[in-house]
Amino acid sequence: MGGPVQSIERAAAILRLLAGGPRRLGLGEVASSLGLAKGTAHGILRTLQRVDFVEQDEVTGKYQLGAALLHLGSSYLDVNELRSRSLNWADALAARSGEAVRLGTPLEDRVLVVHHVFRPDDSLQTLDVGALLPLHASSMGKVLLAFGTASLGTPPDARLEAYTRHTLVTRRDLDRALAEIREQGWAMEVQEMNLGEAGIAVPIRGQGGLVIGAIALSGAPERICDPDGRPQPVLIGLLREAARAISRELGGGPPTAPRQRST
Amino acid sequence: MADRYVMSIDQGTTSTRCILFDQRGRLCSVAQREHRQYFPRPGWVEHDPVEIWRNVRRIVPEAMAHVGADAGSIAAIGIANQRETTVLWDRRTGLPLGRAIVWQDTRTAPLVDALRDRPGDEYFLDRCGLPPSTYFSAPRIRWLFDHVQGLETRARDGEVLFGTMESWLIYNLTGGIHGGLHITDPTNASRTMLVNLRTLTWDPELLDFFGVPRVLLPEIHSSAESYGEARALLPGVRITAALGDQHAALFGQTCFSPGEAKCTYGTGSFLLRNTGTELVRSRNGLITTIAYKIATEPTVYALEGPMAVTGSLVQWFRDQLGLIGTAPEIETLARTVEDNGGCYIVPAFSGLFAPHWRSDARGVVVGLTSYITKGHLARAVLEATAWQTREVVDAMNADCGLSLRRLKVDGGMTSDNLLMQMLADVLDLPVVRPLVAETVSLGAAYAAGLAVEYWPDLEALRANWHRAAQWLPAMDPERREEEYESWRQAVERSFGWVRPSRRPGAP
Repeated sequence: MGGPVQSIERAAAILRLLAGGPRRLGLGEVASSLGLAKGTAHGILRTLQRVDFVEQDEVTGKYQLGAALLHLGSSYLDVNELRSRSLNWADALAARSGEAVRLGTPLEDRVLVVHHVFRPDDSLQTLDVGALLPLHASSMGKVLLAFGTASLGTPPDARLEAYTRHTLVTRRDLDRALAEIREQGWAMEVQEMNLGEAGIAVPIRGQGGLVIGAIALSGAPERICDPDGRPQPVLIGLLREAARAISRELGGGPPTAPRQRST
Repeated sequence: MADRYVMSIDQGTTSTRCILFDQRGRLCSVAQREHRQYFPRPGWVEHDPVEIWRNVRRIVPEAMAHVGADAGSIAAIGIANQRETTVLWDRRTGLPLGRAIVWQDTRTAPLVDALRDRPGDEYFLDRCGLPPSTYFSAPRIRWLFDHVQGLETRARDGEVLFGTMESWLIYNLTGGIHGGLHITDPTNASRTMLVNLRTLTWDPELLDFFGVPRVLLPEIHSSAESYGEARALLPGVRITAALGDQHAALFGQTCFSPGEAKCTYGTGSFLLRNTGTELVRSRNGLITTIAYKIATEPTVYALEGPMAVTGSLVQWFRDQLGLIGTAPEIETLARTVEDNGGCYIVPAFSGLFAPHWRSDARGVVVGLTSYITKGHLARAVLEATAWQTREVVDAMNADCGLSLRRLKVDGGMTSDNLLMQMLADVLDLPVVRPLVAETVSLGAAYAAGLAVEYWPDLEALRANWHRAAQWLPAMDPERREEEYESWRQAVERSFGWVRPSRRPGAP
C-alpha cells in the first residue's frame, strides 16, 4: 500500500474548515487558515465544487459546504434527470439494435425502471416506467448488484425467489454470476425473469466512475443470444456505446444548453 | 461509396446542427455549435449572421469526419431553420447590413399595435393568414427602413437582399457574391406577412403596404426541389430542401395526411395539423400556414397553434423561483402530490397566443389556499402545458370539423412522463413519441432525400417512423370536464390585466 494522498488530506481539511463555522469563507481565508498556497487551495476548492461538495456564492465568491454532502449515501441523481439526459442515446440504441431499451436505478431491494423505449416494430407495447424488477433475476439488477450499487435485502442463506425454473435461487450461484459480470462488464439473463425473454445490461457510471444505474436491451432469446447462448457481440457493442455516451453526459461538465424553437 | 447519407443543417435559435441520416432515417452523425445571443436593449434579440455561417462551415466537415464521409457520399443537403429571423445583406459585398433580428425580438410592438388597430387583423388574415405580431418579418423590414438611414433608398435601388436564415445559408453555400442563389421556400416565405397564401407569391398589395420593394426579396421555390449545387464546403452536392423548423418537424413526424398533427414541446410549443391541399381559414384563433410544397405537387396547408410559454414556464420555476435545480426535477416535485390541490397557473407572461391572442393578459396563479405546497405548484406548471394544448386541439377540431385521433409529440419536454400522461388524459387521445427525437433535422433530410430520389416516396418515409413510447388516456371523463372548466376560469382571470390607459413604466 502507498502512503496517504496529500491532496485528499488537504481536501478533507478544507471540508472540516468549511463545516467548522456558520460563515462562508473566501479563498484567501481558506488558504491562510490551512497554510496552503492560494493556487493549491483554489485547485482543490474547484474540484470539490465540481463534485458538488462545495458551493461558491455567485456574488461574493465565498465558499460553503455543498448540498451533495448532506445526502451522501443516498442516490443523488434525480431519476427524471437521468431519463432526460439518456433520451437521445436510448432512442439510438433501440433504433440500431431493433430491441426494447430500459434504464434502471436501485430502489429498496429492487430495480426501478426509469425509462423505456419500445421495440421499434410498432407492435402493441405498454410503457414500463415506474415498474419494479427483481435484482437477482433481471439483467439490470445483476449489474447493480455486481457493482455494489444495490444489495439484496434477504439473509445470505435464504433462497431467492424463483420466477422461472431458470432463475438463480442460491447465493452461491448468484455470487458466481456476479463475479463474472464484474469481470466481463456486462450482465445477462436468459428466461430467468420471464419465459421467452432474455436481457443484457451494462452499467451507467456517474461522477468518479460510480455506477448509478444500468441500461438494458431485452427481447426474444434467439435474437439476443447466438446459438451458443452467448449474447450477440454486436448488441454488447451497441449497449456499451450507449452507456458510455450517457455516462459522459452525467460525468460532470455543464449540460448542453436547451434549444429554442421559433414561433 | 455513393449516396450513403442525406445531410441536414438545422439552423436553430441557440445553435446550428449538422446531422447525417441513413436510408432508414437513423441518425448517424451529429455536430453542433452554439452562437452568441445579443440583447442590445430590453426586448431586442439579435444574432450575427457571419458567426452562424462560420459555424456551418465548421460543423459540416465535423459531422462528415465522425463517419468518414466525403462529399461523394452525401446524396443531398436539406435545411431547416428558425423562422422569421430577418437578415439583410449587401448584394455587392455579400456582407450583412447589421445583425439579424431574431423572432423573439419585440422592437416592432408599437408598429404591430398600430396595425392591429388599423387596418386591423382581418385585412392581414385575408391575405397572408397571419394576424400582425412582432414575430413576423415584414414589420421588421419596415422598422429597419425607418431606423437605418439610407437603407430604404438602397433597397429600392436593388443594392440590398433580404432573407430568413435558410436564404442566407443557401446564398452562401451556393457561392455568395459569386453567383449565390437568392431563394426561399413557401414555409419560410409564408411567415413574412408578405405572401399570398393561395398563389404562394409575394403579394403586391402587402409589399406596397409595408413599403417593401420586390427586388429586395428572394425567389420562392418549392420546399423540396433541386435548388442548385453547393460551391462552398461541399462542391457539387445538391441543395434540395428548405423548411421552417416547425414545418420540418411536421414532415419529420410523417404527418402527410390531412388530419395528422404533431406538437413540438420546447421553450414554447407549436402544434401543427396537416389540412391537405385545402386552405382552412381559422375561425377559432389559429394561424393558417403552408405545411410544405414538394416540387410541382400541390401545396399542402396546415393550421398552427403556437403556445408562447410552455417549457419556459418550467425554466421560470427553476431560475426565478428556484424551487427545482434542473428542469426534469419538476416531474419529481410534481409527483410528491396526487393532484394540483385546486391550483392553476396561466403563464400569460407576455399575453396569450393561440387560441386567445390576448396581449392584455398577464400570468396568474389562482386557487391558492394554505394547503398548497410547491408540489401542487409544480403540477400546475405541467398542467398549464397540457391545458394549453387542449385549447389548441379544440380550436383545430372546430376549424376542421374532424376530431384529431392521436397526437404525435417531440421536443425536450417529451422526456417528462408525467406531462405526457397528463396530455393523454386531458386530450382524451393517445399521445405517441417517435424513435427519432430530432424531428426537425429529420424532416429537412426527408424533404431533401425525396427530391433526389434517395427515398422513392412518402410511403417509404412513413415506414421509417417508429413508435418509441405511447401514453393512453386514463382520466375519469367527469373529472376531466371539471378540471377543464377550472382551467377556463383561470384563463379568463388572466385577461385584461394590462390596461391601455396605464402610463408606460407606471407600477
